[in-house]
Order: sequence, then C-alpha cells, then structure tokens
Amino acid sequence: MTATLLSLAGLFVALYLYLYKIGRIGTLACGSGACETVQASRYSRFLGIEVALIGVFGYATLLLVSLVALQPQWVHDRRPALLLAALSGGAVLFTVYLKALELFVIHAICRWCVVSAILIVAFHFVTLLDLRRLRHVSA
Amino acid sequence: MASTTNGVNRFYLLIGALVVAGGGALWFLMRGGPTVSIPANVVVTAADTSGFRGYVMGSDSAPVEVTEYADYQCPWCQEFETVQMPDIKARMIDKGMIRWRYKDFPIDNAHRYARLAMHAAACGDEQGKFWDLHKLIYDGQPRWSEGGADNLFREYAKTSGLDVSKYDQCMQSRKYAGRIQASANEGARIGVKGTPTFLIAGRLYESVGGDQIYKIVDSLVKAKKP
Repeated sequence: MTATLLSLAGLFVALYLYLYKIGRIGTLACGSGACETVQASRYSRFLGIEVALIGVFGYATLLLVSLVALQPQWVHDRRPALLLAALSGGAVLFTVYLKALELFVIHAICRWCVVSAILIVAFHFVTLLDLRRLRHVSA
Repeated sequence: MASTTNGVNRFYLLIGALVVAGGGALWFLMRGGPTVSIPANVVVTAADTSGFRGYVMGSDSAPVEVTEYADYQCPWCQEFETVQMPDIKARMIDKGMIRWRYKDFPIDNAHRYARLAMHAAACGDEQGKFWDLHKLIYDGQPRWSEGGADNLFREYAKTSGLDVSKYDQCMQSRKYAGRIQASANEGARIGVKGTPTFLIAGRLYESVGGDQIYKIVDSLVKAKKP
C-alpha cells in the first residue's frame, strides 16, 4: 500500500514537470529558478525522450504493478514484488545518473527532481522490505 | 476477513481521493493556459549561438559598428530606445555611417520579465519581425513591467503581424533561452556591468546619448578616411 501511494505521488510530480516542459504550466513552484534551468538544459531529454515523460510512464508502470500486487491472488506471491524491486532498482540508478548531471554538469538542483528522487528511493526500500516479508511468509 | 476487505476498500477510496486531489491541483495550475517563463543560467550549447551574433540594423558596408547591450525592462534602455534611437537611426544608420547590433543583457535580479521580453523578441525575429516587436516591447515597458507581460507580448506579436500559433509554439519551447544566456555571458565577459552599454571600436561606453555616439562615430569615420 505504501508503494502504491509513493508511486502515485511520483506520478503527479512527473506529470507536473512534464506539463511544464510542454508549456501547459507557466512557472514551476521551485523558489530558486533552478528547476527551470534543469528543465531547459539539453539533459532534460534522454535518448530523445523528455526525462519527465520517462518519469510519467515509469511511475504509472510502478503504480499499475503495485495495484496488481495488492490483488488477493497476488498478495502472497513474490513475483510482483520482485518485478517492482527490479523496476524501481533501475529507476534508482537512472535517478543517480540524473542527480550527478545536476550536481556536476548543470550545476543546478531542481527541488521537484529531488522530491522524485526521494520518492523512488523510498519506493525501492519499501519493495525490498516487502520482498523480505514474502520470503518469511513462504518460508 | 470482513475487516481486511473494509481496509482494502478504504485504501482504494484513499487512492481515488488522491487522484482527484492531484488531478484537480494540476488542472488548477493549467487553467491559466500556456504561460511561459524563461530560465536564467541555462547551459549554453554551440547550437544556441550558431550563426547568430545579435540583431543587426544597417548596412554591412558601414565603416563603424555599434553594439548595444540592453535589457527590455531597464528604464534607461527604454528612454534610449524611444528618445535617442529614432535620431540615431536617421542621422547614422540610414546614412550608412554605422551598423547597429543589438544584444541581450538581462539584469535578472531587478527585472523579472527581461528574459521573457527577450525571448518574445527572438520569436519575433524567427518570423522576420524582430524590430517591430522590439519597438512595441520597449514602448509598452511601463505597462508590462507591472504584470501580465506574457499576454501583452502576445498582443504585440499579433499587432506586428506574426503568426500567433507559431509565436506561441516558439515561446512554449523556450528555445532561445540558451541564446539569451550566451549574449549575457558574452556581455559579462567583455565587462558590461549595466544597461544600456555600447561597444564601439573595442571600447565600452555607458551613459552616453545620441549626440555623444555621433561624435565618437564621426571621429572614427574621419580617422578611417585616407
């Protein structure tokens, strides 16, 4: 349940950043202007795709899988939790890459990106805890 | 079992409520339509400045080039543009004495709409209407400095005869943020500290009017004559 809430929060953050990126939201509530610097940089695209859009699809996938994992027939099955741990593990690595770009290349820290980073790390942590719980259940 | 089902139902209700609240918040943020802010300190790439060295007015064969570093929201720049510039254009630019090059130098800590104005003018340039939009933006400075700048610039774009949907796309893309930053970086590098500042024959001049520029240019033209 915690994972579902975290992925939903992440989905809204990613949507907010993507709507800004495509010009549907005029200003970002960021305080320092660093969010706009990050969003306007060429690193706001990855392999030609908006990073915020990758976030939208990524969080939507996590939300969907976490909702599936809550269904009675899957709740004691390790496979959805394994999938979530693998997906969020990849997302954490991607986040580390993005944070490194912000710190060492762009020299600006977007607060919303930090929020997203915290959410995805927390999500990964929660799925690892869930995996441990399921191991005990199956044992 | 019943309490578990109730708990799950409550959880789905919570998820539903959060979706409605989050969706509502995003809708609230979007309701004003597409407005834009232009970021400062973006990373400048080679593509940002490729083939661009400022907005030029006057003959390529003019003996002297004057580069103006200015900020649309700076009151002195506005005064220079509206009071001095028509005279400079008639006396020097139209007569082939000088070539005028206009470059952006935003004073970010004082002028919150400067980059937006610069970006609007750059989008005007894309449709061959830079100087039309440039004039309207300076003329309207007292009004848009108070707020609603994005809507007023859009009005100026319409007045200038721009294709407004292309202008909107250009503004929303923020594609010239890097070019504006490159111009600001260049100004800072050569020693520009305020606006308007003029670069004439390798020297920077601040607080000069049309007559002083005429004298400087005249002496340079005379010095170049054999």
